Formats: sequence, structure tokens, C-alpha cells
Amino acid sequence: MSSISKEQVKQAAHNARIAISDEEAEKYAAELEQIIQFTEQLNELDTENIEPTTHVIDRTNVMREDVAKKGLPREEVLKNAPEHENGQFKVPSILE
Amino acid sequence: MALFDHKVQELQELLKKKEISVSDIVDESFKRIKEVDKKVKAFLTLDEENARQKAKELDDKLAKGEQTGPLFGMPVAVKDSIVTKGLRTTAASKMLENFDPIYDATVMEKLHNENTVLIGKLNMDEFSMGSSTETSYFHKTYNPWNLEYVPGGSSGGSAASVAAGEVPFTLGSDTGGSIRQPAAYCGVVGMKPTYGRVSRYGLIAFASSMDQIGPITKTVEDNAYLLQAISGVDPNDSTTADLPVPNYVEQLTGDVKGLRIAVPKEYLGEGVDESVRNAVTEALKVLEKLGATWEEVSLPHSKYGVAAYYLIASAEAFSNLARYDGIRFGHRAEDAKDLLDLYKKSRAEGFGEEVKRRILLGTHVLSSGNFEKYFRRAQKVRTLIKQDFDQIFEKYDVIIGPTTTTTAFKVGEKIDDPLKMYVNDLLTVPANLAGVPAISVPCGFDNGLPIGLQVIGKHFDEGTVYRTAHAFEQATGYDKQKPQL
Repeated sequence: MSSISKEQVKQAAHNARIAISDEEAEKYAAELEQIIQFTEQLNELDTENIEPTTHVIDRTNVMREDVAKKGLPREEVLKNAPEHENGQFKVPSILE
Repeated sequence: MALFDHKVQELQELLKKKEISVSDIVDESFKRIKEVDKKVKAFLTLDEENARQKAKELDDKLAKGEQTGPLFGMPVAVKDSIVTKGLRTTAASKMLENFDPIYDATVMEKLHNENTVLIGKLNMDEFSMGSSTETSYFHKTYNPWNLEYVPGGSSGGSAASVAAGEVPFTLGSDTGGSIRQPAAYCGVVGMKPTYGRVSRYGLIAFASSMDQIGPITKTVEDNAYLLQAISGVDPNDSTTADLPVPNYVEQLTGDVKGLRIAVPKEYLGEGVDESVRNAVTEALKVLEKLGATWEEVSLPHSKYGVAAYYLIASAEAFSNLARYDGIRFGHRAEDAKDLLDLYKKSRAEGFGEEVKRRILLGTHVLSSGNFEKYFRRAQKVRTLIKQDFDQIFEKYDVIIGPTTTTTAFKVGEKIDDPLKMYVNDLLTVPANLAGVPAISVPCGFDNGLPIGLQVIGKHFDEGTVYRTAHAFEQATGYDKQKPQL
């Protein structure tokens, strides 16, 4: 049984907000299939009672004083925006 | 003798005696870049005007006797995933082709405080995803030892530039081997510090639980100076460790008597080239002569590292790269019909093939029904790999093996086979999964291509890693070898 279908690749692409053609979906499905098959080797290990590691170094919560700081100047924030207008980011219309 | 053949303290002496100026040093860098970078292609962006201006300012300081710090006036270049205020930073992606950062990464601030001179930005695999610098949107980089071969990756430009003698100090970043593997392939010294040793603030994120910035240099001593300069806790990165930074250079005593070395049999077994195995065996003999002892050990879960790594790193990348939406910064597609279309088209156009492949893998393994099966299991295997290291370090000071299974491969050889490229990271990913520091130091050649020796240490024990690598380097002199370009 294949571990990832073309339809699943299309769903993943939608979830990740990436436009993808039919041919691309097919190609990625074949490649990801190979990669996922490769990772199946992890099933050889008994991980039943093992805690997952999300962070490798002992950490404590890092706190700071709750003091207001000046934000970035608006021109700086908008400097790299592909489109902006009246000091705001511009997006396509989202209302009908 | 080229200026950069001098040790860094010798250069400081020459500056002090006014025999050379900072401008001379910076000139030398640009001269060499103009000479050889058309072949090596390590750089994406040069910052020549500002560098020369900075050199003049430092020469003024020098005239006033204000020569401070061991890296005063030294040319530095950094991987293009480290943001530099006012200097284009692309992560080698079309997505950030015109990105002009409005702040400096913490490591850049630290380098400015050390009075170094930024020369420019170095090529890399797009968003650090790759092992050959072939996934860069802009161009490939070539191995200075043989231009038909890759320099490794993802910090390929950082390693190639040092090997080519363009810049003596560079920074790279290492998520699964991206400093050590190119350092090995290019015959230079590359250190991945302990996770949390160096601030990631301003490092364009790939997989945040493993990303770490580190130095690439010609010698171990230069490397220690540079790590010293960039290390330490940072309020802007809550994962940095609030621990004092030791004086690494002081620890380069040349003395490894009584050092206990563990050699994992998995690191010299199947899949490792004979030439690489022989070079590492010879290296162990050298260290033995210097008074160290070594024993064979086992890291039984290390062979699962690549599988666990690609699941975890891709999942984290999916999350980190969600910010590229075509709205606040980065590439924006034209003619989008609505917001969803804008996201999809901008990301489809802005990201390259390998980046999309990993985002799709990450998305898939995080989806409901797959989360436990793939992502959670990989995190559990990460625990097992970490425990392997913990056990070894109860009895030994360092772990030694090769950095890579082979020497550099040819340009184009693996780029069409993602899995083949991934398994290439077999010997480097375990250190990232466990968060331990690891260095690659040159230990020989095969057919004119360098071989790297990997020395792995305990958490926050970069000092012992450096001491071991330095003693070996001093006993063998591989740092004196230079490619003909």
C-alpha cells in the first residue's frame, strides 16, 4: 500500500498554501512515497514508553519585566512589503 | 606569504606595529575574491563600499591606539541566512530576492562590537535545505579543491570561501550537518556549537529545535576566537543558555594526555568509504601518540538519525516557513484573484523545489492520522538517540568518527535523488538531534579531495572539542594545505 497518494499531496499543498499542478503532485507523491518508506524503519524500535524530545537542553521559563517598549517605525515595517497603501499592508479584497 | 597565512595574533601584532593597516587586510580579501570567486562562486552579495569605509574607521582607531579585541579589523563573511541590517539577505531564495533587513542578527551586533569588517553574504542551499549548495536560487558554488565537485551544504559558500582564501572567518548555520559537512568537503574547520550556545535571533529559521550558528575558519584557533565572539545568552532568544562563556583559546593547550575517546562502531561501519575509514584510523593513532586513549563503543540508535531528522526538521520547516505569505515581505505573485490565491501563487513561485518538497512532507506528517505515526515517533526516537550520547559521555570525554561517509561528490550527482542526498547526512544529524557540540577538522585527502574528522563533545563542552581538534591539527599540519586555484 502506498503511504501517500497524489490526492494527499494535493491536500498537503492546500494546507501549506502552495499552488500545485497535477504533474507536480504526481512527482512529489512518488518522491515523498520513497522518503516516507525510508522513515518506516523507525517502526523497528519500541518507543511505547519513551518520552518525546521537543527540546534538548534543560530550560526554565524566561521572564522579563513587563515594560512597554517603543515599536518599530511604520516606514521600516512597510519597507519590505510588496504592496502597501496609507501606511497599511495591502491585500486583495476579502469580502464579496 | 599571503596575509591570511598569518595567525590572527600575528596579524594583530602587524597592525600594532603599523606594518599593515586594516585597509590592507580588507583589500587583500577583495583582491582574492576578484581573482577566484568567478570560479568558486561563494558569494551572493559583496558589501565592498561599506567594508572599505569601516576599514578606514578602524584604521583611525588604530592610529589613536584603540586596537581592541583579538578580531580587530578581521574580514568576516556570513551565510545569507543571517540577517544584516541594510544589506540584502536572501536565504538563497527567490522568496527573499529583494529582502532588505531592518535589523541585525545578534551575531552581527556582536561582530560589530568586536570591530570586524563584514565583507559580504555567502551562498547556501535555499533556506538551508540541501547538502550541496545546488538548491540556491541564484547559482551553484564549486569546491575549491576540484571545481567539478560540490562544496557541500547548506553552508557551502561559507566553507568554500575560507578554503579559497577569500575570507579567513565566516559564519554558517548547522541544522543537520550544514557547517560540518561543507567544512569536511572543503578541508576547513567548522564548528556546530551546543544548541543554545549562540543566539539564533536574526537567523532565518529552518528547524528551530536544531538550528545553530557556528564559525568556519582555516584553523582551530581562529575558530575558537570566532565562537568566543558570538556566544552567550541573548534576551532576544529565549533558548540561549544563561551560562558563562569560557575562554576557548586558553583551552588550546595541545595537551590531550589522558583524554578518553569513544569511537562508535557505527561511524566506521557500513556505508563509510575505505579512504575515510583509513584517515580516521590514522587520526586515532596520532591522538594515541599524544597520550589519549580510545575504545570502540556503540551508538545503537544513530542509524535511525536520518529518518527521525527529516521528519522533525520538515515538520518544523513547514511551521517556520508559514510566515512567507506574500503580504508583509517577500515575493508576491501578480494577478491573484483573492487572498487564498495570493498565498498559494506567491509561495508556489517563491519557493524552490526542495523547499516545497520538505514543506509538503512536513505538512503530511503533521496531519491528523499521521502525527502520532510519524512526527511523534520521530521525537521519541530523538530521545533514544540523545540517551545514547548521555550514556557514552558518562565514561568518555569526546566521541570521534568521520564527518561524512565519503569525500565531496560531483556537481549534479545527487541533486535528482532527494533520498540519496538525505542519507548523506548519516554521521552529522545525531549531534543536532542530541544538541551536542561537534567540529569537523581536516584529517587527510583522497584523490585530492579533503576528508573531515568529527569530534563530538558534551553539552557546552566546546572547550574539550577544540582542545582535541587543535592538538590533532598541530600534530598533523593539514591546516597548511591549500587548494590550487
